[in-house]
Amino acid sequence: MTPALARLRAWLGPHLNTGIIAILCVIVSIVVPICNAVVPESSALHVPDFFVTVIGKLTCYAIVAVAMDLVWGYAGILSLCHALFFALGGYAMGMYLMRSIGKQGMYASDLPDFMVFLDWKELPWYWYGFDHFWFAALMALLVPGVIAYVFGFFAFRSRIGGVYFSIVTQALTFAAMLLFFRNATGFGGNNGLTDFKRILGYPLREPSTRAVLCALAGAGLALAYALCRAVVGSRAGRVLTAMRDVEPKVRFCGYDTVRYKLFAWTLSAVLCGFAGALYVPQVGIINPSEMQPSSSVEIAIWVAVGGRGTLAGAAIGALLVNGLKSWLTAAFPAAWLYVLGTLFVVVTLAMPGGIMQLIGMGPRAWNVLSRFRTPGVKVDASVVGSPSSAPPPAVTLVDDKASSASAGGAAGS
Amino acid sequence: MAALGGFAQLSGDDVAHAVRALGESGDPRAIRVLKALRDAELYVDDASHVLIRDKNGAMVDALSGAPVPASGHAATINNEIRRVLDTLIARLELKSPDPDERLEAVGELARRSNEEDAPAMRDALEHEKVRSVRRALVSALAEGDLASEDPKRRLGAVEAIEEAGALGLAPKLAALTTAPAEPDPAVRAAASRTISSLHRKQIFVDGAADVLYGMSTGSILLLSALGLAITFGLMRVINMAHGELVMIGAYATYATQVFFHEHLPVHESLYLVAAVPVALVASMLVGALLEVAVIRFLYGRPLETLLATYGLSLLLIQIVRSIFGAQNVLVENPPWLSGGTELFEDVVIPYNRMAVVVFTAVVVAFVAFVLRGTPLGLRVRAVTQNRPMAACMGISTARVDTWTFALGCGVGGLGGVALSQLGNVGPELGQGVIVDSFLVVVLGGVGKIAGSVVAAFGLGILNKVLEPIAGAVLGKIVVLLAVILVIQKRPQGLFAPRGRSVEAV
Repeated sequence: MTPALARLRAWLGPHLNTGIIAILCVIVSIVVPICNAVVPESSALHVPDFFVTVIGKLTCYAIVAVAMDLVWGYAGILSLCHALFFALGGYAMGMYLMRSIGKQGMYASDLPDFMVFLDWKELPWYWYGFDHFWFAALMALLVPGVIAYVFGFFAFRSRIGGVYFSIVTQALTFAAMLLFFRNATGFGGNNGLTDFKRILGYPLREPSTRAVLCALAGAGLALAYALCRAVVGSRAGRVLTAMRDVEPKVRFCGYDTVRYKLFAWTLSAVLCGFAGALYVPQVGIINPSEMQPSSSVEIAIWVAVGGRGTLAGAAIGALLVNGLKSWLTAAFPAAWLYVLGTLFVVVTLAMPGGIMQLIGMGPRAWNVLSRFRTPGVKVDASVVGSPSSAPPPAVTLVDDKASSASAGGAAGS
Repeated sequence: MAALGGFAQLSGDDVAHAVRALGESGDPRAIRVLKALRDAELYVDDASHVLIRDKNGAMVDALSGAPVPASGHAATINNEIRRVLDTLIARLELKSPDPDERLEAVGELARRSNEEDAPAMRDALEHEKVRSVRRALVSALAEGDLASEDPKRRLGAVEAIEEAGALGLAPKLAALTTAPAEPDPAVRAAASRTISSLHRKQIFVDGAADVLYGMSTGSILLLSALGLAITFGLMRVINMAHGELVMIGAYATYATQVFFHEHLPVHESLYLVAAVPVALVASMLVGALLEVAVIRFLYGRPLETLLATYGLSLLLIQIVRSIFGAQNVLVENPPWLSGGTELFEDVVIPYNRMAVVVFTAVVVAFVAFVLRGTPLGLRVRAVTQNRPMAACMGISTARVDTWTFALGCGVGGLGGVALSQLGNVGPELGQGVIVDSFLVVVLGGVGKIAGSVVAAFGLGILNKVLEPIAGAVLGKIVVLLAVILVIQKRPQGLFAPRGRSVEAV
């Protein structure tokens, strides 16, 4: 650890996570917009317009990562359908933006262009209400929330956990992607929704609108973090963490694990929808490729790179990985997949605590080398999917007992 | 064969006369002569012998088929003769011993729909035994008969349709069931009866087609999922790179094809046979490499395995892209797999799909043999059932892990060989396979290879049954949702054992 980091850490004390997020949010929602709008272009401090959009976009990803960390880092649920929730929020906002184009589309019709192109005569019923911003904003939160609640209810009730849950959520995302790819589904098919003109009357092309959206994304990140931090710090959060480590024990203690999981899961989905709704006005397009199964796995790697179970680490991971992606896909397109693939392998093999571990804020320093000295030891079927799959928890409620519990479980079955 | 003399004449009328006489003679040799005349290969020498120039340009005698050294002038032909020629050839071919030729002849006559051909076809129908030809004859005749004034002929036609089960004619019969269009009540009754009988047959044929196509889809699913049933099912390794091993198998097939094309063009059609071991070894090697380099450090941590193997899949995709290019490559069906056969009316099964079904059966048998009948399989089962005990017995569990993983990957590569024969081969091939494969394994019950077999065929058939009702994409979505629902009900899969051990997974 470098002396500068050590001093920073000492200064922030136990609130390093919150401090990091606070700094990030101040930069995104105050410094960047001001440096874009107020600082003259000749100045070295001026932030170019496209950069504002990139920062805003990355911040939306950071919100998704924080939401992912809530369910993965703290509740031990690896979801592979967070990209779906993100896209659903994005589609809800996109539908409002589509309706607010009015007659300024290519076909000068009251209907969205793609419907004219498909020769549809009237608006499908599920587009009703999206003329109003408040309705679209509500739907952006409600639709992912309800889908997550219903899906989660059945899945958690059947005690589908671990990898099975991941596989089933991936299938759900895949099915949704196929559905949205169809023209007949009524969301623009392949091309999705695009060509937006204005939001709440403000033209989207204007740098000032973009700067405001970027600031809002920063505020959104702060909000999402505050919510998740509150949940994690609460009694429910402690139950979640305990459940991640030894679910049967928590159940035997009389806790209704389904309710706790369902709460965290639904909240996480709503936050993803929120991020999607912030994302779409900034990038100006939403299409089914956002729902690709691979996008969901990528969200997991943002969290893993930053460090699971820290919330702030997830945000940092999202910013770093996506920043790297933006730069590499432009500069060395062929290299990006090599970098991403290597990142996946190296982080899971050698750096399970992610960046937060490197800067000393990880849950506990891991003895990385010990993993390489004893390969393939814990392969007994009963250990698979048991607590060792999660990193040592930040809130060390049952921490020292977790390992003995897993060993006991292995011996018992 | 006196009529042959007519060809020696220069006058078109004489030739036309000879053609008709030949056509009515019913002599099997007549077809050869008429075809030669049509293709301008018929010659007449100075002694009025009729000769046919064969494919190699040598002259043979039209009657005996013996080679004749002499040459002559081409026989006269004009447009009028050409017009009757095709009909006459078709009529003669109705008597051909080859059912395919007869079928073709009926098709030719039906296209011309000439009332004069009807007696010849009726005659042929009397003697015809092969069902497909009968059906074609009935269909060809029905056109005229159903429009006939004579109620007996109409009735006969309707009955013939019922007997032959000509499904294509059901819409035509529908017109005969109502009163003003069809005055005769007997014909009306027969028509309605025939329609319902055809309808029943249609349902059967559709069902059979669904099952056949579903088996073909199911075997593709199974081939891509079978390797996963080993790596995920037996070893519990969440191998997200499994699709990429399928892709490597497909690219190995491509590489073999290129190698044969350049170095062994004589045996090019056999490249597919050679591709099977090549793909098996290639993907086994890659699999063993992955296991030794990455996966063995992750046993017991399934979620980390999922992420790491996903990273590996990205690396493999990009490596293949760098070597072979981002575009799809063309893997051609060898000639012995092109084409298809008609099992029922309108149900054509392409040979490559049938080959995939057979290949799947062979691969399943291969896997079953390796696991049940070889020392390796014995060790694999021992290690997956009770690792510490197997280790105590002196089995090198780490080595068995590597072998098992490589075997699963190799089977995935075999799936790639089959997929290369059915669709595009590109770097993204594996991405489309992986979601389905995991569903098959989870649905079938993890650890139960037989369960995967049933699940794959069940999903394949369900998919094909839903396709006409809901469309291809919606059908697929319904299947996915159905699987998700089933997993809610049976989280351990359809064929998993129930008991206390279930909780441990």
